[in-house]
Order: sequence, then structure tokens, then C-alpha cells
Amino acid sequence: MASDKRVHPYIPNSVPEVKAELLNEIGVKDADELYSHMIPDRLRLKRPMDLPSPLPSESDLRRHVEGLLAKNSTCKENISFLGAGCWQHYVPAVCDEIARRAEFLSAYSGEYYSDLGRFQAFFEFQSMIGELVDMEVACLSTYDWSAAAANAVRMTSRLTGRREVLVAGSVSPSRLSTIRNFAGLPGMPVHIDIKTVGFDSLTGMVDLGDLSRKLSSNTAGVYFENPSYLGVIESQGDEISAAAHKAGAEVVVGVDPISLGVLAPPTEYGADIVCGEVQPLGVHMNCGGGLAGFIASRDEERYVAEYPTHLISIAPTRREGEHGFGYCRFDRTSYVARERAKDWVGTATAMWTIVAANYLALMGPQGMKEVGEAILQKSHYAAQILAELEGLKILFPQFFKEFVINFDATGKSVPAVNKALLKKGIFGGKDLTGEYPGLGASSLYCVTEVHSKDDIDRLAHALSEVLR
Amino acid sequence: MTSSPKVRPYHAPKWSEPVIAELGRRGERGIAVPEVEQEIRNKVGKASGLVLAKMLRGGPPMLPELSQPQVLRHYLRLSQMTLGMDLNIDFSEGTCTMKYSPRVNEELARALADVHPLQDERTIQGILEIVYKFGHVFLREVSGMDEFSFQPGGGSEAVFVNACIMRKFHELRGELAQRNEIITTIFSHPCDAAVPATAGFKVITLYPDEDTGMPSTEALKAALSKRTAGVMITNPEDTGIFNPDIDEWTTMVHEAGGLCSYDQANANAIMGVTRAREAGFDMCFFNLHKTFGSPHGSDGPACGAVCVTKDLAEFLPVPVVTRAGRKYHLDYDRPNSIGKVRDFMGNVPVVLRAYSWAMSMGAEGMREAAGVSAINSSYLEKKVLGIRGVTKPYSTKWRVDQIRWSLEKMNRETGVSVVDVNRRVVDYGIQSYFLSHHPWVVPDPFTPEPCETYSKADIDYWVAVLEKISEEAYSDPELIKGAPHSSSVARMDETALDDPARWAMTWRAYMRKKGAQEEGRQSEARQ
Repeated sequence: MASDKRVHPYIPNSVPEVKAELLNEIGVKDADELYSHMIPDRLRLKRPMDLPSPLPSESDLRRHVEGLLAKNSTCKENISFLGAGCWQHYVPAVCDEIARRAEFLSAYSGEYYSDLGRFQAFFEFQSMIGELVDMEVACLSTYDWSAAAANAVRMTSRLTGRREVLVAGSVSPSRLSTIRNFAGLPGMPVHIDIKTVGFDSLTGMVDLGDLSRKLSSNTAGVYFENPSYLGVIESQGDEISAAAHKAGAEVVVGVDPISLGVLAPPTEYGADIVCGEVQPLGVHMNCGGGLAGFIASRDEERYVAEYPTHLISIAPTRREGEHGFGYCRFDRTSYVARERAKDWVGTATAMWTIVAANYLALMGPQGMKEVGEAILQKSHYAAQILAELEGLKILFPQFFKEFVINFDATGKSVPAVNKALLKKGIFGGKDLTGEYPGLGASSLYCVTEVHSKDDIDRLAHALSEVLR
Repeated sequence: MTSSPKVRPYHAPKWSEPVIAELGRRGERGIAVPEVEQEIRNKVGKASGLVLAKMLRGGPPMLPELSQPQVLRHYLRLSQMTLGMDLNIDFSEGTCTMKYSPRVNEELARALADVHPLQDERTIQGILEIVYKFGHVFLREVSGMDEFSFQPGGGSEAVFVNACIMRKFHELRGELAQRNEIITTIFSHPCDAAVPATAGFKVITLYPDEDTGMPSTEALKAALSKRTAGVMITNPEDTGIFNPDIDEWTTMVHEAGGLCSYDQANANAIMGVTRAREAGFDMCFFNLHKTFGSPHGSDGPACGAVCVTKDLAEFLPVPVVTRAGRKYHLDYDRPNSIGKVRDFMGNVPVVLRAYSWAMSMGAEGMREAAGVSAINSSYLEKKVLGIRGVTKPYSTKWRVDQIRWSLEKMNRETGVSVVDVNRRVVDYGIQSYFLSHHPWVVPDPFTPEPCETYSKADIDYWVAVLEKISEEAYSDPELIKGAPHSSSVARMDETALDDPARWAMTWRAYMRKKGAQEEGRQSEARQ
């Protein structure tokens, strides 16, 4: 066969003879003539695009892209203590196997009868999230925890007909910004007012006095997290919920689900709606591309009606004992209701729900308990030995996985410390200085089950050198 | 015309796989958790002592208990019962651009698995360079726009960013309270209506000319006013019809004081052919999981890449990837930014895959992909036009990437609807059709989009299946109405999905409701 550079391996009909057959059937001489019937001349680009020379050979392409990626270094090649909304947990090899399955990877919006496996996996994800958070309804995922929280905030407004939501001040500034974007701008006729509630400077927990001052008959919902962005376990959930319910507001709690093998589910302290992040459940960090949010609630029609996302329900089939799966109340979604929909649903992160289902099935109740315990013990070990270093102070004592270290007494800034740690192959914690000026020179450290005692001891040793 | 290929028999994998909650035995486990060293245990004590008693979980979550081989087997079986694009001639899913996602890009993306998005910039120069160049080299040429954001996690979220930019733009000009209307068309994606509504806008939907199907310039004229914040539209629309007056539209909107946002969900057949810039748009977005070859992932992870003109760059969400010399930075210091819509820097692995795809194609390859997509669609049209019961609504002859067809005639003549056909096609190993978003302006609609991935033989085979189903509809309609017959699952009682007494989004809800129903039946029997 003569080699023809115009034939690209991804485009079968780029073979000139085949293309000529198609053009002959259509009755035009080439693609340009076809376009001339469709798109006015003045709107057509009259020159080739100015792009780099292509690399149609897979080998050449790999060499090029791998060359660029080699400029990165990873949390595997270093020791990382970064968390702050994206966390390094162990990803079982079976999760990677499932994530790479071509059937799942290349599927999209097929229907119930062609994609049974995908729908069943979604249902199992919802079922296992339901067990973790102790709710009977959980949705297919949305973009990330922040989008899930923002959707939940809007749900409370529709449920109550009120237009003010109180958000714990310890929520991450990034999440707060997303929530505010979903709530709308104050200059618009229709929007939700987002007000923050302060947190106690000693415990990091919600300032109940500030909460009660701000709660009113205008309050649609109260949103807080467990653990919070700052790692704090909010143990006043029952009091927050009682106050919110007394005002007629809905309670929304955001959770990190990997904590729920050891921490109480939010239903035990009054949550009406639970949301959170899927990524810790078997999904790699992927430079932030591993995020996926979920929402859960009681199985009441008024809640179900307000979900913007897909909800997959189980249903009987014509064969006795066989299960099918499909969309519950599809007409609520933006695919049907357009501007009258509950927010919107779109392509988001469904693949990660399949991986998370796989993860939770591997872990089981015992695995989730043990991983939660390991995270508690290892993160507290890290906090304890770091607190023994001169000048370091752990700000909030009740935490899970992440904790705030204050460097004020060392005279060093967090960026300076992190720069020095980086030279030693350690990614220090997230710098909180810009986000929470009130916390001084503080940094958010994350320790999970993947950190060994040796990793943590190396951090302590490196910090003692850096701070000397 | 050559005769149609023979349709081969097919049956979907059918494992009758139980729900995972029904599998396993108490005490089994699928993976062991990393050890906590004795020294750590000695120092901090028991985990339960590190949390206030009231915050400890009482009973364990009722998760399944299975060993590793059984978990793997279960999810492999579920994967087999999913008809992914890689396994079938998948252009039934129109508007979705079901193109091949090159495997090499999956290999490359693994290098990002263990990268944290908050790592020091010095440790992520490689990926920042890729993100920067994909915008400033590739999307700049494809769109003609100037600045880019990869924050949105999907097309709809990109519409949200565009709506937020419109809000901010009008707010800074002191016109937000007045300019609260967004105009879209019925054949644009429904997110172009739902998302601006979520962002706080009133939405006006334009309907096309009933004869031609063309978006109506008269209708636009009538809708424009001092309340107009902007338009959010697709072109070509989901009918495959390209609005030839699109530049006149953007001029009219600008004269009315609004902004123009271009939903490029249907960009695949026009890459390198016509651009947002020349059409006069202020911003646009591309679905990298469609047009740029990143996998659809069973419905995400995805990325809606936002492109804007220089004038709107200040509003982009933070951070924006910038370049200074040979160094790349994450710029958070943008006072007029709309802020955040997604945590961190967006869905970076999807951008990596798109970059790699674009590098493989180059300018000629992308133009070839577009041209072949348009040719494939016109070729498919010739074949489908000959099938009994199928009609092509609207008089506009030339369609770009796809056509919204109708089975109204078949339905009228045989009682077989497009929904029935959609179940039947699965019996032949072809993915169910994407019909249409709602409302169904075109009755009994379906919208195949044979993009560049599909060979002539693929198209001929797909047509042969539709021909066969058409024959069945006219000879044995009940066969189709009872479909599917060779699927992994039999026909569902879909009424259960919408019935609060029977729907169940979780196994625990299902068991409770099942128990209640059985109790009800027993007490009925007792009476």
C-alpha cells in the first residue's frame, strides 16, 4: 500500500478512495463544496489554522507529551501533606482496573436497556452513600462538593420559600465563592442572600451565639461541615440543628465520607440534607480532576422533587425477580423542564461514582472503620509530635485528617517554610495566611492512612531543621 | 446505491447479576487497610479516644462484605452489561459527538493521578504548560478568542461561567437590575435555558421558522430590548441547521447592549471552518469530552473549556494559567473575576487528553475530522431518506453535523413510536438513540451524528439495522413494542420510577418499601 499522509488512524473515511465514494453519493466534489451550501462564504475561515506540526505517530506523541509531563513531580515522588479539599488516599488496584474499563469509560447517555450495568453501578453507589450518611435517598454525582453544597443551599430556599442561607464561616473561601455564584448577585431581582456565621477561635467550631443572632424567619437553611475545611470535628451539630429547625430552616451538612466509618452520620445530629465529596473513595487526586459531589436526604417526595441531579431508582421488570434501573422523576431535570427546572443537570462526574461504589464494596464496614481509625491515629500522632517542636502550635484540638499549625512564634512565614520543605522533598500544608488572616501564619496539614510513621517523623525532622 | 449489509444476530451479555448488597458473607473483606505502627498507637492511644464520644458512630454502616475476587467479578460483569462506544457503532447518540477517545491519552493521563492541585507551581510546570498551550495555541485558533478557562466540569457548567460573566459585566456597568433577560432558541441545548435561569436571569426562548427550521431573525428582533443581558445559543443547532445570519444576530444583540455566548456543543463538523470570532461572539465554550476526544466516562468527568475575548478576560474564574517568559503561573489576583465555580484549577486530566488529541491531529487533521464528519452526515442522510416511515423535518436542505429526523409517519402508520424503536435497536447491538431534548418540537425525533470515527461500513451497517426495524414495524409491530428481546434486562415497569411508594434510590429504601408492600399483601390476604 502506498503511504498516504492524509489518512489519519482515527479517521477511517480519510482514505481518499472511500471519501470519493461518499462524495459521489452526496453529489459534491469535496468538503468545501459541502460547506459552501451550509455556511455563508463571509463566515468561513479562508486559511488553514496556524497550529504546531502534528504528531500522528503514537510513539512521537508519547515522547512529546511525556517530555512535558516530566517537568511535574508528584505526591508519590515526594511526601505530601496537602489536603484542603483534595486528598491523597490509597486507591486499590481494583478501582483502577474498573476505572479503565472501556465499556464504562466510553459510555455516555445510553438508555436503560443498553446500559444496565452502568445504571446498576450508579444505584449501588447511591445505596452505599446512603448507608454511610444514613439517608434513604442519594443522587448520582455532581461536579464537586462545592457544587453539591451550592445545589443543597438552593434546595433549602425552594423548600422553605425563603431567600437567606447561613453558612459556617469555616467553609473554604473557594467553596463559599461557588455557593455565592450559585446564589446569585444581590443586584438581581431573584437571588439568595448568603451570610456567614463566625467560628470560635479556640475550638474552630460554629459560634452558636452568632448563629442564634443571625437565625430568623427569613432563614431558609444552615450549612456547616463535618469535618470542616480546617479539619475540625463540629460536635455541636445537635444544637445547631435544633436552633435552625426552631427557626423553620433546613439543616445541610457537608461531609468527607471517608470519616463515616468512625464519625457519627449527620442524621444523628439533625441533618435534613447531606452533601460531600466522592474523591476520597478510591479516586486519584488527578490534579483536582478526581472531584465529584453528592447529595443525600430522607425519602420524602418534597425533597426528591428538589434535586437538580439524576436520581437512579430500582424498578421491577417483566421477568419475575429481575431488577431494572432508571431515572426517577426525570421531568424535574433541566433536560425536560429547561428554565423551570431545579437548577440544572449536565455531564459531570458519573465515572467516579462507579469507582467509589467499587471502593466501598472492597472496604466494607470493617475497612471503613479501620481507615477512619488509621487516619485519626496518624493525624493525631503528627499533630502531637509537631506540637512538641518549639514555636509550633496546633490551633484546634478536635480534628479528623487535617489540622491547623500556627507558625507565629517561629517568626517564619508559611511560604518560607514550605519553600524550605520542598527542597527536602516534602510538600508542606496548605497556606491559610491569605484565606484566614485572623489565624496568623497558619497552615493546614493533611495526614491520611497512606502516611507512614517514617513519613511523619521525616516531616517533624525537616521542620525542626527549617525552623532552627 | 449498494445493497445493505446483512444484519448479524446479537445478544447482550446477561449475567442476572444481583445488587451488590445481596452478595458476600459477613466477615469477608476486599482490601486490607494500611497498618498503624505500634509506636503511633502507643503515643496517641485508641482512635475512639481521639473523638468526643457523642461524635463516634454507633453501629457500622451496612456496606457489603465481599472478598476481592468477588468484587472485581461483580463490577466486571456490570461493565460487560454496558454498551460503551468502544463496543458499538455509537453514533445514535447525536449531539454527543461519540468519537473515539485514543487509548494513548489514557496512558498519558496516568501521570497526573498522584498530583495534588495545590502543589507548588514549580512542581507542576509541565501540566501548566499543557493547559496554557491548549488554550493559547489550539483553542485560540479554533475559536478566534483570546483568553481561556478550564474550570468548568462540563458543558453546562461552562454555560454557568458564561452567565456569571454576563452578570458581572452588567453589574460593573450598573445595569444588572435592568438587564435580566437571556435569550436562547428551542434547538439550543436546554442548559442554555436552565443555567441562566439558575444564575437569576429570566429566559426567553425563540422558536424557529416553521417551514425552514431556521432560527428566526424576526423573533430575535422582537425579543431584544433594554432588558436583554445576552444570548446563549448553539450553531449549528440540534437540527443540524446552521444559522447563516449569525453575525447579524450578534450585531443586533450588541446594539441592544447584550453579550453573545456561543454554545459550541455542535462544533465537531465546523472546526477550522467557521469560528466564534468571525460570527461576532464575545465568548464560547467547547466540550472537551466531545469535540476534543476525551472519553465521555459514562457521563463525566468532563470539561467545558471557556473562551472569551480580551474585553471579558478580567471576569474569568480564578485561577487563570498565565505565562511569564518560560515560567507558567496560576493567577489568582484578578479583582473583577467572577470567583470560583469549581474547586482548584478545573479538570486538568481532561485538558491533557484534549491537548494530546489536538497534537495528534494538527490543523489539517482537525479540518479533516470536521470535513469527514460533515460528509458522513450527508452520506447517512442519503441512505436514511430511503427508509420507510422516516421523514426529514424542515425544508432546509443542507445540514452540518447531524439531522433531527422524525418517525411520526411510522408511528401514524404502524403504531410503533420512536421510543419503541429505541428499545428495539438495542436488540441489534446498537446503542439506543438520542431522541431529542424536550419539548419534542419534532415529533418522534431521533438525531444520529456520524462523526469522523465511523467508517463507511459502520454507517451502512447502522442504516441496515434501521431498515430492518422499519420492515419489522410494518410487518410485526408487536415485536418492536415488546422490545428489548436480546438485552441484559427485560422491559421495566417504568411507572415505578416516578411513584413515591415504589421508587427507591437506595437498597435500604427498596427493602423497606418491599417489606411494606409484602406486609400490605399479607394483611389483604388475611382480610
